[in-house]
Amino acid sequence: MGRPARGHRRAGHPDRRADGDRRGVPRGELVQGHPLSTTTSGSPGRRSAVGPALPLLPFLLFVLVFLVVPTLTVVVGAFQDEDGRFTLGNLDALTSEAALSALRGSLVLSASTALIGAVLGALLAYLIVSMPPSSLMRRATLAVSGVLAQFGGVVLAFAWIATIGPVGVMTKAAADLFGADLYGSGWLFGLPGLVVVYAYFQIPLMVIVFAPAFEGLRPQWREAAVNLGASTWSYWRHVALPLLTPAFLGALLLLFANAFAAYATAAVLVSQGQPIVPLMIRQAITSEVLLGQANVGFALALEMIVVVTLVMVAYNLLLRRTSRWMR
Amino acid sequence: MTHSPVFRVVRALLLLAFAAYFFVPLLAMFDFSTQVRGSAPGRTWDNWAFMVTDEDLRSSIVASLLLALFTVVLMVALLVPTMVWVRLRVPRAKKLIEFLCLLPLTIPALVIVVGITNVYSWVTYLLGDDALVLTFAYVVLVLPYSFRAVDASLSAVDAATLSEAARSLGAGWFTVIVRIIMPNITGGILGAAFIAVALVLGEYVFASLLHFDTLPVAMAALYKTNGPAAMAAALASMILVAVLLVGLTFLSRDRHKQGASS
Repeated sequence: MGRPARGHRRAGHPDRRADGDRRGVPRGELVQGHPLSTTTSGSPGRRSAVGPALPLLPFLLFVLVFLVVPTLTVVVGAFQDEDGRFTLGNLDALTSEAALSALRGSLVLSASTALIGAVLGALLAYLIVSMPPSSLMRRATLAVSGVLAQFGGVVLAFAWIATIGPVGVMTKAAADLFGADLYGSGWLFGLPGLVVVYAYFQIPLMVIVFAPAFEGLRPQWREAAVNLGASTWSYWRHVALPLLTPAFLGALLLLFANAFAAYATAAVLVSQGQPIVPLMIRQAITSEVLLGQANVGFALALEMIVVVTLVMVAYNLLLRRTSRWMR
Repeated sequence: MTHSPVFRVVRALLLLAFAAYFFVPLLAMFDFSTQVRGSAPGRTWDNWAFMVTDEDLRSSIVASLLLALFTVVLMVALLVPTMVWVRLRVPRAKKLIEFLCLLPLTIPALVIVVGITNVYSWVTYLLGDDALVLTFAYVVLVLPYSFRAVDASLSAVDAATLSEAARSLGAGWFTVIVRIIMPNITGGILGAAFIAVALVLGEYVFASLLHFDTLPVAMAALYKTNGPAAMAAALASMILVAVLLVGLTFLSRDRHKQGASS
């Protein structure tokens, strides 16, 4: 008891503004202004900033050790040689023919699957949203999309091997029915195969990211356009599409980053060659033949951080624009 | 809004095409895993039974399930009190905590693996070489999803009032967090737990590159010797994850209207 009173005395603490703008209730100030230890209670309005933050230490330490330190290791390691001396040699390795072709492969794979996923995903999202909100089909399709967007890695690679691999179900069916060779010369296990397989999780991801944008199109806007004499086409051309464009571009970037960072599916599917950056990193860090490859691995990892960060920054900028309309 | 019959037909056809693209690979996997190899055509469940009979596969399944459990426990123990504390006592740290929690979305898991080797040589030195030490890396991996789930449900309750009431009745902070706040955000914690389990059961990057035998790693290795059995295990894990995630969408549907999504 008596604590609320003590807290009240501190209601003038500058902290309360940060709290107030979210919760907006004076009650929050009572709890919040309450000092953790009595040692600071003698100086109202100027409490130690460290005290109340102490319980955050376990979490911060954990994140420091298992997230910040590994990331810094990569960034610093990219500029060091095996003996820890500063060098730009690892970055030179990024301009080697193999590294450049892996980067090209990654960019082509990410861009093409982002585009395929975004266009087909937007189409599927529209088909879903055009159903009545209460329809079971609509809810089921959205739920399935949520599941499939998370579906990747080993299982996804297996699923496609079972379908169009050397003895896959579709491969055999195509051979029996049409005499066609679906498997070809093993395209599934190279870059073209990765495009087909990655689209499997890109399309559903697009659906769950983009469906809210369709839902955000208010019927009133359409009614207003029709009242002013607009045809369906001119409504889409001048109202809906311009409104959807930022959300679409944002989703495109998200899909790009998603494909660029993916590793497991490709690792299981591709065992020969390094068509994309993640597989080249695997080679660099698991290679027992080539010593001194670890720092090249760091440089490649840094390259990935740079690409994904650039994309995510652009995504957040676009998201901010979009959210203005989607309320 | 009403649609013309032509639109409805086109929509149905397109939905069928999408359904074929998404479900044929799953059916193919099922077909592959139940086929009898050799001359006589037929069906068999032997490859599914392999999950129980094979020593290596069984131990990797146990390892993955334990990892999922440990990850959820550590995630809840670490994240929930921190988020409650930030909300109640140090709102200035909110931006920092949010940034750190969402950071793993921007840093690919593969990059973390590349940098975490040194950290893990210490972890295995201190705690042993068991696959369960992956828990730490997996908590980082699930952090963004857990954060969003917990943050959404925490925003829906008036944590300040609840804790103030409890505090003025003499409750300590431990009681406030464990017995007052946590029961009020069960939905969010459950959602965070489900998605954590789903991610851990499918995680391959950390386990394979740090050389631990979890289910996905064992499946990838098994595929080289016994493809159909690996397919059966893969499909089983996929179904388990799908059930968890569908359950999650039903959990979160009630909160949907409050705009707590994203």
